[in-house]
Amino acid sequence: MPIHCEIVSQDRIVFQGDVDIVVVPGVEGVMGILPNHSPLLSTLQYGIITIRQKNQEEYFTVAGGVVEVTGSQVTILANAAENVDEINIQRAEDARQRAEISLKEAGAVKPEDQAALQLALKRSTLRIAAVQRFRQRRTR
Amino acid sequence: MASTREMRLRIRSVKNLAQVTRALETVSASKVRRAIQANDRTRPYAERAWRILTDLARQPGHQSMHPLLAERDEVKNILVILISSDRGLAGAYNVNIVREALLHFADQQTPVSYITVGKRGRDMLLRRRRSVVGEFSGLSANPTYLESAPIGQLAVDEFLSHRADQVYVAYTEYQNMLRQEPVIRKILPFSVPEPEKNTALAEPQAKSKFVFTYEPGQEEILHEIIPDFTALQIYKAILSALASEHAARMVAMRNATNSAKDLVSLLQLDYNKIRQAGITNEMLDISGGAEALAQASA
Repeated sequence: MPIHCEIVSQDRIVFQGDVDIVVVPGVEGVMGILPNHSPLLSTLQYGIITIRQKNQEEYFTVAGGVVEVTGSQVTILANAAENVDEINIQRAEDARQRAEISLKEAGAVKPEDQAALQLALKRSTLRIAAVQRFRQRRTR
Repeated sequence: MASTREMRLRIRSVKNLAQVTRALETVSASKVRRAIQANDRTRPYAERAWRILTDLARQPGHQSMHPLLAERDEVKNILVILISSDRGLAGAYNVNIVREALLHFADQQTPVSYITVGKRGRDMLLRRRRSVVGEFSGLSANPTYLESAPIGQLAVDEFLSHRADQVYVAYTEYQNMLRQEPVIRKILPFSVPEPEKNTALAEPQAKSKFVFTYEPGQEEILHEIIPDFTALQIYKAILSALASEHAARMVAMRNATNSAKDLVSLLQLDYNKIRQAGITNEMLDISGGAEALAQASA
């Protein structure tokens, strides 16, 4: 019996469908959610969501959020999420470089901007790492 | 009376104006469409976030109130996030929302301060000597959630630090091309949908079905969701306001184009009359001259 899974970010539905297992990066560790999981609410950290349908796996990056599990339904409210296959690697690299450069000129950055930059750096690093790890595997 | 040359110049300049306003109208028309789409795209997230909040509110033992949920007994300061546009030429769009906001809080004794989104609103408030504590202008044409998140963050900070006891958002709600309503809505303290009294009776299993395990804990999760949801509401307000702005501009520009056309046809009429009068005069001169010559030679 599959479990219905929805990954929703603020501006779109990233994924929707019946799956066999969802693996999410919870704040207290990575957890796999199988059908008939007990109701659960958890916050997410930066990481990878893995979804398996039949024998096919899909990977998504997620930049924090909340997951709700109720019986036959997993809802992931993501702060930013995308399928690894749709990440623009060039853009991610550029973003990381931009963030690194501005962080180095620490004097010029206001403390409140610094936090935002750190987050941007974290996001882009995550994207790049995800692409490197999961795209390769697929092409092999 | 104006010379025909002046008239021609005037007609040409009005025609040029009409061309510009017409171009602006077309641009706005396509922008409205895009803004509406962006607005619709936030709906799935909002719906699900709302459902999770309702589920949470329905939980047994959610007595521990999150500070963002707590109504304060005494409201000493009000904060209003006023969403207007950066650019003008949008008819009464900016005036309407600023007036509505000022009227809404006019009979309050409590001091009201503003965070403005958009230059026009900021300027209007500053001209009226209101206190503007923060401003966000120059958002991109298609704002993303990440762009508007700092606004939500600022609102939450102001609220938690007791610099504001209530936070409102004032924006123009898009209804259709011809109708945009200024709306003022309270967003903090956040009111969670009350679980309906009879749900337990109607669905006896509803409660037991929804006993959650929390990771890390209920409070931390609320702490995560509610500021996000506040930011989301502001984001939605911005998108709706954006659609309204473009719709208002489109209508204003259409009106301008139409009046320009009317003006051109009036001017054209005048021009023709003057031209005709000029020709008649010349004819009279010539025939008068010819007459005089004929009499002289006779």
